[in-house]
Amino acid sequence: MQLELSAEDAAFRQEMRTFFTTQVPQEIRDAVAERRELTKDQVVASQRVLNAAGLAVPHWPEEWGGRGWSALRRHIWHEEMQRACVPTPLAFNASMVGPVIAAFGSQEQKERFLPRTANLDIWWSQGFSEPDAGSDLASLRTTAVREGDEFVVNGQKTWTTLGQYGDWIFNLVRTDPEAKKQAGISFLLIDMTTPGVTVRPIELIDGGHEVNEVWFEDVRVPAENLVGELNKGWDYAKFLLGNERVGVAPVGSTKRVLAQAKDYARSVSVAGGLTLLDDPLTVARIAELENELLALELTALRVVAHSADGKPHPASSVLKLKGTELQQAVSELVVDLAGPASLASGAGDADSDLAGWARHATPVYLNLRKASIYGGSNEIQRQIIAKTILGL
Amino acid sequence: MDFTYDEEQQALREAVRGLVGKSYSDFENRRRTVAEDPGYDELLWSRLAEMGVLGLPFDEAYGGMGAGPVEVGIVAQEIGRVLAPEPFLTSVVLAGGVVALAGTEEQKSSLLEAVGSGETVLAFAHAEPGTRWVSTAQDVTASGDGDGWTLTGVKEPVPFGARADQLVVSARLGDGGTALFLVAGDAPGLTRSGYPTFDGGRAARVTLDGTPATPLGSATDASAQIARALDAARIAACNEAIGAMQYALSATSEYLSSRKQFGVPLKTFQALTFRAADMYVSLELATSVATWATMVLASGTDAEVAEAAARAGLQVSRASRHVGQEAIQLHGGIAMTAEYSVGSYTSHLTALDHLFGDGQLHLSTLAAGIGDHDEVDPLA
Ligand SMILES: Cc1cc2nc3c(=O)[nH]c(=O)nc-3n(C[C@H](O)[C@H](O)[C@H](O)COP(=O)(O)OP(=O)(O)OC[C@H]3O[C@@H](n4cnc5c(N)ncnc54)[C@H](O)[C@@H]3O)c2cc1C
Repeated sequence: MQLELSAEDAAFRQEMRTFFTTQVPQEIRDAVAERRELTKDQVVASQRVLNAAGLAVPHWPEEWGGRGWSALRRHIWHEEMQRACVPTPLAFNASMVGPVIAAFGSQEQKERFLPRTANLDIWWSQGFSEPDAGSDLASLRTTAVREGDEFVVNGQKTWTTLGQYGDWIFNLVRTDPEAKKQAGISFLLIDMTTPGVTVRPIELIDGGHEVNEVWFEDVRVPAENLVGELNKGWDYAKFLLGNERVGVAPVGSTKRVLAQAKDYARSVSVAGGLTLLDDPLTVARIAELENELLALELTALRVVAHSADGKPHPASSVLKLKGTELQQAVSELVVDLAGPASLASGAGDADSDLAGWARHATPVYLNLRKASIYGGSNEIQRQIIAKTILGL
Repeated sequence: MDFTYDEEQQALREAVRGLVGKSYSDFENRRRTVAEDPGYDELLWSRLAEMGVLGLPFDEAYGGMGAGPVEVGIVAQEIGRVLAPEPFLTSVVLAGGVVALAGTEEQKSSLLEAVGSGETVLAFAHAEPGTRWVSTAQDVTASGDGDGWTLTGVKEPVPFGARADQLVVSARLGDGGTALFLVAGDAPGLTRSGYPTFDGGRAARVTLDGTPATPLGSATDASAQIARALDAARIAACNEAIGAMQYALSATSEYLSSRKQFGVPLKTFQALTFRAADMYVSLELATSVATWATMVLASGTDAEVAEAAARAGLQVSRASRHVGQEAIQLHGGIAMTAEYSVGSYTSHLTALDHLFGDGQLHLSTLAAGIGDHDEVDPLA
């Protein structure tokens, strides 16, 4: 056992820190720090800066831009990015479709898609969920019927995050209606400008527009856009969801917000010339959250130190479960620090004398309720722990 | 001792439920209403006035119904159940309550009658940037004497502050006390920037710049009356939250019965039904304490009311978060959408929790007082 980073890893961390804090445009990092919604351009610009330096997709195969780093280095890369308020590379590209194409796609698909996916020249959306296929993803009904050199796709996807920006969408589609649920599903790439694709916005409870419904009406997709083998899509989806889970505990950004919360608390005065940071209940709550985050971070480190073969550690469900709970708890703390000022959520800077962080607090809190629902809900994570770890 | 409603109270509940239900049991209608200013239905507001609901807590001498906190609680629960956006809590209970406690006889008869008839919407402009849920004013100051008073400073957030016809404003006097003033909506030196709150409500920044004002009552320290009015509003807010939680729980139970995944209704999974059961436990406990506090408000001293408001506030704050968060989680993604009602209930519960003081504030109040008693006796 050994606690310190090796000299090389420590130097690596410093290198990452320097890069992220000096090379990514300050205004993008400010937007992240203030928990503002990023524009498409900001997400693209930031990923391109990373990609140019070989830092957008270090976990991909080296042939396609990967760096062959250890799991620990990938972890350090990810944490330092969050600490520096650098937007993490678009997950749909970097951790979902990219690795799937790299692992299962044809040589043509790799050449055609991977460089543009890494550079965010293509913005990918994820077309998995349907109205009746949420946690039970395998019951999906969108069909793709082979006609000559094409698939004809019909059906509806929902919850498509940032689908309004999407150039392409990777879908799970039913290609064999006769087969048992999981067995008849394929993984298909669809250009969202194809006739018959319609994207409709869904408004969420924070007032924002980040998810969409996507409708497919007789959409003709070249057969060459099938990834891997016909009817093997479920295997690729499981591979993808496993990757999704690993990066999902946002320890770095939760730590950062908790550190910011202390500044927020210091800026709110209470009776007797004191501030909220003098309030015993507030500091006890912060201390407790800091400790839980420490436990989570150390668990993440144990997991990365262990997963030498690149397979997700069974405890990665712990990271998703606890990571999202703590992310939500910290957002709730910030609302409470804001107190009555949190009500001014609809005021612009010019219409309000209340601090921006306080005005954003509740929309962020409400929005983050999603974190325990998507990417395999926390109930599904508990089931994974119970079944695959505890054998229950 | 009796925790149940009598016949008249039940009749009031049915009447209010019928009226607000007609407008808002269709959730789409609520969405449409809150999407546009003033953020509530003026026609419904006048119907509520006709029914006597807007004058409910005020003395008959001032055109009111002379009803008590229990009746106010009944109305608040019904409002909460359908998430009616009408400003009953902030304009009638709080701002009206401040006038009833601090106004002169003349002010009470003219103002409370106007509030009760729906003619005047009042806002209590009390919160200031940088203060939290205190009963005093800090940076808004009053200067003058006799009849000529002016106010200067910023109040924010002021619920329904842009729509209100008149404002009741708290302000610091030269001697440090906090007095209350009336400011007309069209007063010179008054600037109001209104905006929606995250739950579809309305609030505003109110800037006073040498704005002429009339003392409400005498221009002396009124912080005790402010504290009492805030406590009464806290207890009404607890009732509103109870109504909202009742709906959130029943919607969740229904959803668990109807939503199918893996070929079976979600209620097949004990992991979910037990959590719905825990929501019920939270709601029942909160209802008990809120009901008790409502009765204390009807007959207690200021100190007893303050304690009861803190106890109910703490219990309801915890329950609101538990029930609101679980309602979303057990629904899954659908509850994140603005179109489906449950997320809006959670939003509103969050707003109610931060309007007059959250659980942590109440916990601090109670923690500071544990040395004052051996046991807590709710019937004492
Ligand atoms: C903001 C947001 C963004 C999203 N983005 C995308 C996206 O980009 N692309 C995409 O394809 N999908 C996306 N999703 C969809 C997401 O993956 C689903 O919402 C999720 O799988 C849950 O499905 P559901 O919403 O249908 O809930 P349901 O599956 O209906 O679940 C309802 C509740 O029941 C629980 N539950 C379900 N089954 C069980 C069980 N067997 N045992 C115990 N509990 C159970 C769930 O945990 C949940 O609490 C997004 C969702 C949200 C909210």
